Amino acid sequence: MNLPVSQAGFLVTDLVKAIVAERDHLSEIDGAIGDGDHGVNMAKGFNLCAQALGTPTPGLKESLGILGNTLMAGIGGSMGPLYGTFFNEMAESLDGVAELDAPAFGRMIRAGLDGVLDIGGAKPGDKTLLDTLVPAVEAFEAALSAGKPYRAALDDMVDAARKGRDSTVAMIAKVGRASRLGERSRGVMDAGSASCCIILETLAASVATKLD
Amino acid sequence: MNRIFNDPDLMVEDAVRGYLKAHQDLVSETTNPRVIKVKSAPKAGKVGVVTGGGSGHEPAFLGYVGEDMVDAVAIGEIFSSPTAQAFLDAFKASNGGAGVACLYGNYAGDNMNVKMAIKMAAKEGITVKTVVANDDVASAPKDELAKRRGVAGEILMWKVGAARAAEGGSLDEVIAAAQKAIDNTRSIGIGLSPCTIVAVGHPNFQIKDGEMEVGIGHHGEPGVSVMKTKPAAEMADMMLDYVLPDLPFAAGDKVAVLLSGLGATPIMELYILYDRIAEMLGQKKIEIKHNFVGNYFTSLEMMGATLTVMRLDDELDRLLARPARSIGLVK
Repeated sequence: MNLPVSQAGFLVTDLVKAIVAERDHLSEIDGAIGDGDHGVNMAKGFNLCAQALGTPTPGLKESLGILGNTLMAGIGGSMGPLYGTFFNEMAESLDGVAELDAPAFGRMIRAGLDGVLDIGGAKPGDKTLLDTLVPAVEAFEAALSAGKPYRAALDDMVDAARKGRDSTVAMIAKVGRASRLGERSRGVMDAGSASCCIILETLAASVATKLD
Repeated sequence: MNRIFNDPDLMVEDAVRGYLKAHQDLVSETTNPRVIKVKSAPKAGKVGVVTGGGSGHEPAFLGYVGEDMVDAVAIGEIFSSPTAQAFLDAFKASNGGAGVACLYGNYAGDNMNVKMAIKMAAKEGITVKTVVANDDVASAPKDELAKRRGVAGEILMWKVGAARAAEGGSLDEVIAAAQKAIDNTRSIGIGLSPCTIVAVGHPNFQIKDGEMEVGIGHHGEPGVSVMKTKPAAEMADMMLDYVLPDLPFAAGDKVAVLLSGLGATPIMELYILYDRIAEMLGQKKIEIKHNFVGNYFTSLEMMGATLTVMRLDDELDRLLARPARSIGLVK
């Protein structure tokens, strides 16, 4: 494989396309127990990022930093700081990293997760994006420890992300506005866990295009 | 949906522009289009008072920026927290060198963005302390006060904190006064119809015609019970029955009462409620020293009302009585 960090900015432009394409779908999921504006706000933030990236797209570290900062400064709510921190911490993990090989990818998503845990104050089981992100990061790390190749580790990550996302359906929301619904929040997928799954699926698919 | 707008995604921008044009004698823009400040801010040596929150609650939050009221406000999308950057820029716009009191409501997004903004402000040498309003009795049981939402009681907290700052109080004194204000304040809402974010296009919760939801939140968060709509006097009694035992308020107390419409309720109907509330408080020997009746903290075009009661001591009474001028509140 050959995936220099300096030439991997396309991972971010792919994320923009994926989130914007899912705008209405994400809002619809959110409508069941939230404001119904998750897709609207996410698409707004990712579109702002596309404008800020310009052409040609900068390297991955710079592009992730631009994405983090535009989400942080552009959309507010809970998703601005959570995803803003997620992408900014991913960018920082790439300091001095030349190649986005499997260990670097693992450290990148771990850094993003740690940032979200620090700012959000939620934990797995609370019906949030962490229910997607935590098992996904752990599955990727476990696959590498088991000696699996990069592509298989990405597949494991995506499988865990999807299972995590789907697991939120049966949960009662413990944080955020949906937590006010108590028992009534059960039976519906969490919108943040759905957008987080799209982000991880897209990252995996984009990286996989460069693998042998 | 039958509403007034240009682009549904730009309603906050359009409304803030109009607000600045309408009230340019009192408030002014800043370098951040999501932050406005009172013209006289920052005042050297005075503690800056900042709040912020989602839009759709007008005149909250921006309407409480004024003379001897809130110095600067961070403005979010409809029903969505302002960004950390907006809170930071509001801190800067209000900072006269004596620190900043950020007085806001207990919501997940606001908590996160304020926390980040405080870290950013510290790097720039600005000290910020906070009080988080949690006056809504219906949002969590009394033994979980920290989970309760902030609602219209925030207005009384801003008034008290801002007055203490205007008196020349230190940051710690302003924070202590604002904390005492919210600790002695309890609120409850009753919703009679849902509301619609225009960009979404339909209500994200339902209240059937002829029914009311007791304990509803400012964004339609579900309340504690849904029932057939009662006559106004019974509504008033029910609101008092939730609010008074929670603090608890007792005979001999002096209080401030704030009764706000949720956006669509005719002002006339608020006075029908107030008539009964004042009568019942009188019967209970609770003396109303300050009252505010009108649209103080709304939820777009929701029908309904919120009742807020604050127990006063001499300091809270003095601070509420101090003259102040903002679009939402004049004393």
